[in-house]
Amino acid sequence: MSKVLVIADHDHGVLKKLTLNTVAFAGHYAEKTAGSFDIAVIGHGVAGVAQAVTSYGAAAVHLVDHPDLAHPLAGPWAKVIADLATAIGADVVCMSASSIGKDVLPRVAVRLQAGMASDVVEIVTTSEGLAFRRPMWAGNLMGDVIISSPTKVVSVRSAAFDAVALGAGSSPIVASSAHPDAAGARVHFVSFDGTASSRPDLAEASVVVSGGRGLKDRFNSVMEPLADILGAAIGASRAAVDDGYAPNDYQVGQTGKVVAPQLYFAVAISGAVQHLAGMKNSKVIVAINKNADEPIFKVADYGLVADAFVAVPELVSKIKLLRA
Amino acid sequence: MKILVSAKRVSDPNAKLSISGDRRWIEGDVEYVMNYFCENAIECALQLAEEHGDIETIALGIGESDETARFIRQGALARGIDRGILVVADEQTTDSDLIARIYAAVVEREQPDLVLIGKQAVDGDSNQVGQLLAEYLGWPQATFASKLERDGDQLVVTREVDGGLETLALSLPCVVTADLRLNEPRFAPLAGIMKAKKKPLEELELSDLELDDAQPKVRIVHMSAPAGRKAGMIVKDVEDLIAKLRGEARVL
Repeated sequence: MSKVLVIADHDHGVLKKLTLNTVAFAGHYAEKTAGSFDIAVIGHGVAGVAQAVTSYGAAAVHLVDHPDLAHPLAGPWAKVIADLATAIGADVVCMSASSIGKDVLPRVAVRLQAGMASDVVEIVTTSEGLAFRRPMWAGNLMGDVIISSPTKVVSVRSAAFDAVALGAGSSPIVASSAHPDAAGARVHFVSFDGTASSRPDLAEASVVVSGGRGLKDRFNSVMEPLADILGAAIGASRAAVDDGYAPNDYQVGQTGKVVAPQLYFAVAISGAVQHLAGMKNSKVIVAINKNADEPIFKVADYGLVADAFVAVPELVSKIKLLRA
Repeated sequence: MKILVSAKRVSDPNAKLSISGDRRWIEGDVEYVMNYFCENAIECALQLAEEHGDIETIALGIGESDETARFIRQGALARGIDRGILVVADEQTTDSDLIARIYAAVVEREQPDLVLIGKQAVDGDSNQVGQLLAEYLGWPQATFASKLERDGDQLVVTREVDGGLETLALSLPCVVTADLRLNEPRFAPLAGIMKAKKKPLEELELSDLELDDAQPKVRIVHMSAPAGRKAGMIVKDVEDLIAKLRGEARVL
């Protein structure tokens, strides 16, 4: 019997939907090991998040609320997660491979003397026990890994697990006694500069439109109308980000975000290996590029060989007409 | 001040990779490159040294003896890092945790004030070593750094996180992991390549580091190619694209 502990992702008190993908992973693991899962909500003033996750099948929801946890600093967060995991006897601790999950989970692993598997996309049964399947080499190879330590830590690739649906049950909320060290911290939060956007979150959007370097300083004027008409999140290739045409948190790929929306537009993107690693599991891929030889056309369901500066505005106005 | 930087050799994810016969690793004519993020870490160390002076920079590489030594010399020492340390280990049987414990043992010997590591190695793609090391040492960390400034015993680091940029202030000693936009890595000058041949490069065995247990906690038991994706069709024009997306794909 296993006990899985899911760490909820939230943005200063607002539950992030990708928590429900992590819960799906935990549910699969619990099912395969005749176990159960709990959810932990960590932060300050986050009782609302705890309430929001009580209807997804967790045996318990642990609330760790402390002023020193208001910003997700890796050290204090790792301490309370490890203390809570020990207190409830968790043998798997998991969180999405969000920027917080990536930052915090390895420190949790050290505290629990656990091995960690990053970006897990599947739980695989092997002759040597349950293994975690994860992409390596920019997703060109998949590795099934076995963690030999009694406690295991996993970061979950959200796009690989369908979010769990709201259930009827109501998990009890337990106020945890886990708390950060009182000793003077040697790291302090200074500021957060958010990318202002009214669009859906890139990691959670059902439509993503990404632009490449070829759009140059017309990146926004080409991509924004397309995102507006489709209700899409905007992404970008690494090259477009490196050259300053798009902000860094737009980056889709091996070293950026991994997305798997229902519909993905790659506009003026060549399709380098590291970009494909971030989007090739999208359900329907559309590529618009003026060069028919680009590798993006090898993964696209629908390719349009055309100048993006002409084709995208035409696409936008035609969709507008359809919806008028 | 002393800075320890990572110099990891990786098999190029852009090259063609073959799975070995036992399906537990890769084989064949593998092309190696310096891990992109380590190049950013090395550049950051060099810029700090140039700006503040009186900083010793040390590059750590872990892997097979000859090849890793060559990468430390060409990728780090030739660019201006003062000296190198090579820990001989088999890359197939070292997981992120064992690498972090090797780093911790080297930190114990060298007592650096700052460890700069690439945020992830583009072969294993785990993105763990810097964070693991920070916890082993009980040091603060700033991962995914896109900007770093030193202010006395403090570092002010801007991090690339979901939804924007976060800035942290850390006291030394600490661990920082480098992201791509931290800087523009320089090329090694010809004179640097000549000088690198004469720079000290210490070679250590795992047994020299007195680890409690030199075993990995995570091992690969099977490797496979990802499910393929077939190329679709080329549509005639925008009109045709809209028709396909509305009709057969039903996504518009």
